Amino acid sequence: MARVKFEASLEQLNTELIKMGAVVEQAINSAIDALKSKNIALAREVTEKDRIIDDMEKDIEAKCLSLILKQQPVARDLRVVSTALKVVTDMERIGDHASDIAELVISFNDEYSYNVIEHIPSMAEAAVSMVQEAVAAFVDRDVKRAADIRKKDDKIDELFEKVKLDIINLLLHSPEKSNMSINFLMIAKYFERIGDHAENICEWTEFSETGDYKNNRLL
Amino acid sequence: MEAKIEVRNLNLYYGANHALKNVIMDIPAKEITAFIGPSGCGKSTFLKTLNRMNDLVDGVRIEGKITLDGEDIYGSGVDTTLLRKRVGMVFQQPNPFPMSIYDNVAYGPRIHGLKNRARLNEIVEASLKGAAIFDEVKDRLNKSALGLSGGQQQRLCIARALAVKPDVLLMDEPTSALDPISTLKIEELMSELKEKYTVAIVTHNMQQAARIADNTAFFLVGEMIEMDRTDVLFSRPSDKRTEDYITGRFG
Repeated sequence: MARVKFEASLEQLNTELIKMGAVVEQAINSAIDALKSKNIALAREVTEKDRIIDDMEKDIEAKCLSLILKQQPVARDLRVVSTALKVVTDMERIGDHASDIAELVISFNDEYSYNVIEHIPSMAEAAVSMVQEAVAAFVDRDVKRAADIRKKDDKIDELFEKVKLDIINLLLHSPEKSNMSINFLMIAKYFERIGDHAENICEWTEFSETGDYKNNRLL
Repeated sequence: MEAKIEVRNLNLYYGANHALKNVIMDIPAKEITAFIGPSGCGKSTFLKTLNRMNDLVDGVRIEGKITLDGEDIYGSGVDTTLLRKRVGMVFQQPNPFPMSIYDNVAYGPRIHGLKNRARLNEIVEASLKGAAIFDEVKDRLNKSALGLSGGQQQRLCIARALAVKPDVLLMDEPTSALDPISTLKIEELMSELKEKYTVAIVTHNMQQAARIADNTAFFLVGEMIEMDRTDVLFSRPSDKRTEDYITGRFG
């Protein structure tokens, strides 16, 4: 092996991405737990931990830029490093949205019911599972799994439409719940965005392994 | 894409040593094509087959076909002097003749019979401009070329090659003896040259190939393993041996 130090740096980069993926997964899980159980302390914890995710993103970006500068990666190495640069942005955004949801939990001030919008629980479940699977596919470099997960984003988009109808009905029949309805609409939008970012992670996983991005050649 | 040079089933032997194995390649017109590979892979040998420089080596045997604009360059009756006028060459070490800058550039046209002083002046100026060195030497054309820096000498050698109006320029590691700034000047120059000429370059510097070449071919122990657009070869090579070499995991 001619490039021992470079190999070690790539390995280190991968380890940090795995760690960041785990932290992001935990953030979205905790945000949903806080929402379900009206746990404001847990919600606060999620918003506070968002800084850790931001720092991880900056740290990984700095490592990638340093590798590009010093090692001038090509072929698979180039794809791995450029994928890391893209994926950390998606992971960081998922973390942001977990924190956004947690902030809404705090602002609800206990005056809501998790099941009042029929399709919110299934949307939450779908978003969490998509993030978990996307991170797993990325870590395992599993192109087939990544392609399968991408299709799940359509399901989240469908659920978002259903949530919108749920909310319209609620507003029509219980106008006094308008504030809560609007907060849930925002939560649903965050779930929808989380699904999009998870889909991006899958697309970059495919690029990293095959050089194809959304079934096209980038280079 | 129009192929300027077509190489078909090219085999080259140095005595018993099979140095090029069944090489097939199209070299596109007015583009830069780089040949990369480890030492001894045959890339320089291959470059030299394109203007029959290997004919000068004892015990060499060449099979297969190479055409330039559709004409077989190994065909009977081919005048190698005229071939090398059309397919010029620049080497690793700048090799100006021990004469003035002007005479270096005028040398080729003169041996091809041009005597008209005004015409020679025109050619010398145009060639020096074409090699991006005219402004640096215009006030010292009658001074010895040996007084130039290495980078200037190399551009002078390029001007000397341009003076006989070639179609193709072959460059065998043209910057490996130069400092980084001179190297970048030659690379900039090559990007200008490809507007008029077809350029083939052997380089040990993979970043150089990535920077300047439109196409890159990877050679290994006499075989041409893979050739593709440079962007593709350096981002998603198809052959594992290419990947191992360009990522530095070779051997």
